[in-house]
Amino acid sequence: MVNTLIAREGKPITVDGLVKRYGPTVAVDDLSFTVQPGVVTGFLGPNGAGKTTTMRLILGLDLPSSGRIAIGGRRYIDLPAPLREVGAVIDAAAVHPKRTGRNHLKGLARSNAIDTRRVQEVLEIVGMADVGDRRAGGYSLGMKQRLGIAAALLGDPPVLLFDEPVNGLDPEGIVWIRQFMRALAGAGRTVLVSSHLMSEMAQTADHLIVIGRGKLLRDESIRAFLDGDHHETVLVRAQPIEELTSVLEGAGAQLAPGPDGAVTVTGLDATSIGDLAAEHGIAIHELTPQRASLEEAFMDITRDAVEYQSTATHAATNGTTT
Amino acid sequence: MSTTVALPASSYRPARLTDTVRSEATKLSTIPSTTWALIATLIIGVGLSALLSAVTAHAWQIDTPRVRETWDPTAMSTSGGSIAQLALAVLGVLAVTSEYATGEIRSTLAATPHRGRVLAAKAAVVSLVAFVAGEIVMFTAYGIGQALIHGHAPTSSLSQPGVFRAVSGGGLYIIAIALLGVGFGTLLRGTAAAISTLVALLYVLPALAAALPGELGHAVQKYWPTQAGGQVTNVVHAAHTLGPWTGMADLTAFTMLVLAVAYWRLTRTDS
Repeated sequence: MVNTLIAREGKPITVDGLVKRYGPTVAVDDLSFTVQPGVVTGFLGPNGAGKTTTMRLILGLDLPSSGRIAIGGRRYIDLPAPLREVGAVIDAAAVHPKRTGRNHLKGLARSNAIDTRRVQEVLEIVGMADVGDRRAGGYSLGMKQRLGIAAALLGDPPVLLFDEPVNGLDPEGIVWIRQFMRALAGAGRTVLVSSHLMSEMAQTADHLIVIGRGKLLRDESIRAFLDGDHHETVLVRAQPIEELTSVLEGAGAQLAPGPDGAVTVTGLDATSIGDLAAEHGIAIHELTPQRASLEEAFMDITRDAVEYQSTATHAATNGTTT
Repeated sequence: MSTTVALPASSYRPARLTDTVRSEATKLSTIPSTTWALIATLIIGVGLSALLSAVTAHAWQIDTPRVRETWDPTAMSTSGGSIAQLALAVLGVLAVTSEYATGEIRSTLAATPHRGRVLAAKAAVVSLVAFVAGEIVMFTAYGIGQALIHGHAPTSSLSQPGVFRAVSGGGLYIIAIALLGVGFGTLLRGTAAAISTLVALLYVLPALAAALPGELGHAVQKYWPTQAGGQVTNVVHAAHTLGPWTGMADLTAFTMLVLAVAYWRLTRTDS
């Protein structure tokens, strides 16, 4: 299925000075960024950061307080047939429970003058051809998620938005959607995917846009994000470990106890640790450089921007803001 | 990325209002509540009309001359429509509120960001369904009602002045009622709130207004939109009522007002 994708030149999504207020609460605060075609862009932020709100604003579902959004240079409302330009998976449950998946897709296809033969194609792409004639109310969350993806693909759009796409998917489904998003980007399309699962981003995204409390925190490649201002640590096992720790401390390293008698070393790289151990005749059993995980890097960046810590009122704004 | 050959941006036909109408027709015809609303309309409209026609016709013999003077066999044989209209009003409400209840509205508005077009398409589809269902109910009820009244009280025929207008006018009246459903559904976004409002508008408030003293009561009775609109289904007109077409104009103006406010709410606020 993934290899049936036709190459399609993506279009950039340009967000410029975007502001969204709900009463006194600022959900999106002067946000500017560009989502480029050909790569998977991860859209990260803690709960309440404004990710879903931003996606709703891109789709014209919410109206911005100020600022501009353009898809390939055009406002969403000016797209002649939006489903042919932008496919979005925003809310998996957004289907009438008494309508079949197939009829749901038919209704959407007709609204954008898309041939209804395409419905069968997208049902096959997402692996729902067998259950397309069942009522959506009986679908599992994973099946609803797949139906949402099918709807997003109806117009074979160059731009795709996924809001927390792995929610409710089984492990097989998660691998599938990950490969699928990569294939879409590989075929030249623009892919923006939000997630609160940082580890998920590490395996999917090429570029990251990180927001917190509606503000842009980072807009950089995933490599740059990881290499940022984070110290590398090294996990060390040695015999005798006590001797090594005193040698390392003497060399100015900071030590922390690791799992199963191992030690986590900060301030010295693996080569220096190995050399020091050899000098002192200490047997090294393990020497593993550890990159700061995306999770840790993310928490570092967003520490000040987590809603719950600062103002409890922000977190309670509305249920749809993530 | 890898070497992918980008095809030229594919050309396609822009979406038009007719596409939105087709989409809304597909949506309305693929949920069971539509079928139920239509079955309810038919059963209540025809069944209740038949029942009321039979009962009142049999009572005609013992009615006072004053009651006999206002005997309107046409209106009586289609009188179930006054309750059946609620089923089509609910159909109009659900065409909108079911989308808010399920979140489907977000799919709809993302596919068609011109929200006025969505409202217009829903209104068009609901109008057509209501009109066809309304006319079927009115003419069926009229035929059955006349047969039941025959031999017990004076009947009417479609060739008499005003009779065809009264029977077919029911289909026009019901368009307005179903559109009020669409309008209040869009305005209030909740099924219960919208249906309660329609029940109040159609039944509760006119009944209360009738209890108002003197001129005020008469004026409310005369101009109340749904009461005024209903005059189109009467052949014999009571005191303090508008004529059939001025009454329809009154109801139409009110419906347009509700739809205009609904349009404002739909286009000016977050979905």
